Amino acid sequence: MIAIVDYGAGNLNSVKKAFAYLGAEVVVTDEPGTLAGADKIVLPGVGHFSSLQALDRSGLRAVLLQAAISEKPFLGICLGMQWLFAGSDECTEISGAGIFPGKCRLFPSSVKSPHVGWNSISVQQGSRLLRGIAPDPFVYYTHSFHAPVVDATTAASEYGLRFSGAVEQGNIFGVQFHPEKSGDVGLAILRNFCEV
Amino acid sequence: MLTKRIIACLDMDAGRVVKGVQFKNLRDAGDPAECARAHARNGADEIILLDITATSNNRRTLLDAIRTTARSLFVPFTVGGGIRQLEDAAAVFDAGADKIAINSAAVREPALIGKIAGRFGSQAVVVAIDARRTNAGWEVFVAGGRVPTGRDAIQWAREAAACGAGEILLTSMDRDGTQSGFDCELMCAASEAVSIPVIASGGAGSARDFIEVFREGRADAALAASIFHFGIANIAQLKHQLQDANIPVRWPC
Repeated sequence: MIAIVDYGAGNLNSVKKAFAYLGAEVVVTDEPGTLAGADKIVLPGVGHFSSLQALDRSGLRAVLLQAAISEKPFLGICLGMQWLFAGSDECTEISGAGIFPGKCRLFPSSVKSPHVGWNSISVQQGSRLLRGIAPDPFVYYTHSFHAPVVDATTAASEYGLRFSGAVEQGNIFGVQFHPEKSGDVGLAILRNFCEV
Repeated sequence: MLTKRIIACLDMDAGRVVKGVQFKNLRDAGDPAECARAHARNGADEIILLDITATSNNRRTLLDAIRTTARSLFVPFTVGGGIRQLEDAAAVFDAGADKIAINSAAVREPALIGKIAGRFGSQAVVVAIDARRTNAGWEVFVAGGRVPTGRDAIQWAREAAACGAGEILLTSMDRDGTQSGFDCELMCAASEAVSIPVIASGGAGSARDFIEVFREGRADAALAASIFHFGIANIAQLKHQLQDANIPVRWPC
């Protein structure tokens, strides 16, 4: 069973619907017990980095960190991926999980912000999450802050600079784009996560 | 590279698509779910479903249509028409929309933009503006373009963005239905006034019009409401022509 973490941030229907379409058993939950018992965890999220404060308040942060340490497959989407980094300039009072180094920052002023629409990703070979994906497919992004390119980066995009589109380390995965809104490419990525 | 988006717009009345989708391959050209899927297959980067009558009788029909359309649609899906309060928006999101478009209600109550954005995120709030040229600039009209407001469209776009809108869907009433090209001057003025994406609408007649609105109009996306009436077979063909003109588009999809 895949558990989608509900911490009150936006609309989780699209993520749930995409997994259901792929035939996965999926629940949306804010129960630590359900999360601990799930086979896989998805941390979605849109909006402001400060909404992640709900994870600290509800005690979910410890549950999620424990899951990540225990190598339970974990997928952070958009803000959920940013949470895997040390933090974000968007809200400096809140720490990320610190699994990946560096902070999320605004795009340079040479480009419009937010970054909204379909951009290509350059996919590194050897990624399990992006297995079988074309080398430079288009995916749908909508965000104002970006995560840096790090050792764990498996796909990068260009928008004023190069930033992490996808990261991967062991069973911990993150995507800045929205696979649930990225057509067949996105569905293939979610299918790969189901099969990890 | 970030691509320019082509957005397919479906006008819906009582659960049926009423124009702009003369698809040869469809058995039933009037079913929103089928039309949306066909457009997505053909390369539409997003789908917008507009409930053009938006009466209270139609709300249940609209929500049903959103539900069936969203079930197997995996590109961004926007729904507009008759959203007057947070609860209306919540019901539309709950049925499966990714974004909502608000027009008259936002003019009447700009705080509604922030209310919806606060709960569902700015990326989920599209403010639609219907604008008509005046001597001084462009004036905002509401109620389906029937009621002038005396407000400046560019100023309103700026205010909507400041209130938390994620995108502006800007329709030139002067060009709408004329096939004489987008109002590139209007689109450019709005695009320079706000940092959020501007979706151009009204006046599309040819692939050349799309090329111009992306270049001169500086639009981030363009609405293809009824291009199939104008000799362009489908979105795939339009994208090929844009690609030939070096406009970055998502192709192949």
